[in-house]
Amino acid sequence: MDLSAISPTLLIAFLMVAATPILLAAIGELVVEKAGVLNLGVEGMMITGAICGFAVAVETGSPVLGFIAAAIGGAILSMIFGVLTQFFLTNQVATGLALTLFGLGLSSLLGQSYVGIKPPGTAKIDIPVLSDILVAGPILFNHDWMVYFTLALVVAIWWVLKFSRMGLIIRAVGENHDAAHALGYKVVRVRLMAIAFGGACAGLGGGYLSLIRVPQWTDGMTAGAGWIALAIVVFASWKPLRVLLGAYLFGGVTILQLNLQAAGLAIPVEYLSMSPYVITIVVLVIMSAPRKGRASLAAPACLGRAFHASS
Amino acid sequence: MLRRTLLATAAAASMALTGAAMADGHEKTKACFVYVGPIGDGGWTYQHHQGALAVQEEFGDKVEIAYQESVPEGADAERVLTQMALSGCNIIFTTSFGYMDATNAVAAKFPDIKFEHATGYKREHPNVSTYDARFYEGRAVVGHIAGRMTKTNKIGYIASFPIPEVIQGINSYFHHAKKANPDVELVVTWVYTWFDPAKEADAARAMIDQGVDVITAHTDSTAPLAEAAKEGGKVIGFGQASDMAGFMTNDDGTPGPRVASIIDNWNPYYIKRVKAVMDGTWEQGASWAGMPEGEVVIGEMTDVIPADVQAEVNEMIAAITAGTYHPFTGPINKQDGSAWLADGEVADDGTLAGMKFYIEGITGDIPQ
Repeated sequence: MDLSAISPTLLIAFLMVAATPILLAAIGELVVEKAGVLNLGVEGMMITGAICGFAVAVETGSPVLGFIAAAIGGAILSMIFGVLTQFFLTNQVATGLALTLFGLGLSSLLGQSYVGIKPPGTAKIDIPVLSDILVAGPILFNHDWMVYFTLALVVAIWWVLKFSRMGLIIRAVGENHDAAHALGYKVVRVRLMAIAFGGACAGLGGGYLSLIRVPQWTDGMTAGAGWIALAIVVFASWKPLRVLLGAYLFGGVTILQLNLQAAGLAIPVEYLSMSPYVITIVVLVIMSAPRKGRASLAAPACLGRAFHASS
Repeated sequence: MLRRTLLATAAAASMALTGAAMADGHEKTKACFVYVGPIGDGGWTYQHHQGALAVQEEFGDKVEIAYQESVPEGADAERVLTQMALSGCNIIFTTSFGYMDATNAVAAKFPDIKFEHATGYKREHPNVSTYDARFYEGRAVVGHIAGRMTKTNKIGYIASFPIPEVIQGINSYFHHAKKANPDVELVVTWVYTWFDPAKEADAARAMIDQGVDVITAHTDSTAPLAEAAKEGGKVIGFGQASDMAGFMTNDDGTPGPRVASIIDNWNPYYIKRVKAVMDGTWEQGASWAGMPEGEVVIGEMTDVIPADVQAEVNEMIAAITAGTYHPFTGPINKQDGSAWLADGEVADDGTLAGMKFYIEGITGDIPQ
């Protein structure tokens, strides 16, 4: 075993890239859940975004157009969920699960002719002087633009939810939709917009996988990332900056596992492979343990409840 | 009474129909293939599918080809195989190690259908054959290239599952890298999948971050090469199972990470076995062919490899093809230092087929 072979700098830089897809999906889902909607279709929207983004990037040769298409693809798919749950008042859990299954099948169909093709590359932003700084350089100044965009998005969502009027409306709808309705806010319209935003973010996350991280299209390539994103939202107790922490923790464990193995750590590989999931369960148990004085999980009060103006 | 007559008539009619279908089936042989990944993986499954297409081309109207992609190794495989057997396949090729038990279980139920299992060793019924290629011959060649080309003296191997075929590959690769460069160190990463591009890319990245500059994969996708390409020429790799010629040059025209490749050429075997079924001469067998039979082929080397290394490689290929050199020729010790092969001794097929140990100089343990 040679742990000195693992460079912490490169590890952190790698972790930021590995965590970006789940971070995007999780931050989108956080907004959706803040508005009181539980959309379990994250996996389906991610993979749809992955193929839409990939196909458009290959056809046009532009990764930027690809990412836009990924966001649009995810948003369109999420609208199926939105219409069903907001207008037809279907059960959100069942509809979300159906959306995941539908998304996996649809992406497989759309992707038939895109297997084994190389997408156009996305260059890293290499800031000449800054990226050469000893430790901070590779971590902070040597990524593709999507990594920076994602970080900016997390901060923006944190600010909007906490300080802006729009954030207040979203939270009001999520905490008590009857009160929000009584005050004259369009509950259904706010929720639909939140769902579309969540879909777009999940789509971007999928697009990041197929266009930058792998970069290739394969069936089922999200491999459960959407479910991890859902877990991160709970783990973060619906706080944007904690979502960032959660995503890096998850990305970190996965990456560390491979790095430890390559360094020859004598722990059976199976334990390392299961470690991200064990940590999730432990964290969720600790987080949800009852504490005195306040609601332990801080979930939006109307999460998962259907709203109709007549009720 | 009336009902009974009706039933009898129906039975007779259906028998007549089956008879007609069987007669038809004898005219046209149906060859079926079960794949572990998509045919567009650009590697392992792609090559098997090329073999299937070669069968179609060889026999034209006389054969019918059917295949199913991305069949998981496990209970699902048995279901797919049963379905294929019921749909009138005459010969079924199961193209991954993990189909071994499913193949034998289904073969027991359909004694008239021939089964061919790739890379396995169980032949429990007379209608099951196994076939494999001596991939370790190819690994020897790329191992030599790796040893000569590495600048950091660290070479990597993305391993799938701890089965003999993979361990043969690791040992052969390391043995020849070490012969070419005594300072070389091997890093093995187990990913426990045949096909998961994201995971394969992550494994490649983890090794690159630790200073590995030559990567070989025992998985099926092109993702490790795509990851190596991001290093701008500092990291090289090899096409695995298929030529992966798309990675010979980068988009900007600079030399790509793929400097050579190990190609699995199943065409001759598939044509031979389907022909045997058509002629009624099919017999159970265990085929293990390599470079001499043209089943393992080294793809074109790029100019990234210096001319003198290319000459050494060509010499090695010629020796293996002629049968004068066996990649596992002693002296070779096992990992714990005990003797395995004496000077000049050649490994026997039985030991290779059940290989469960590393040779001397490889660090780490084989997962159990």
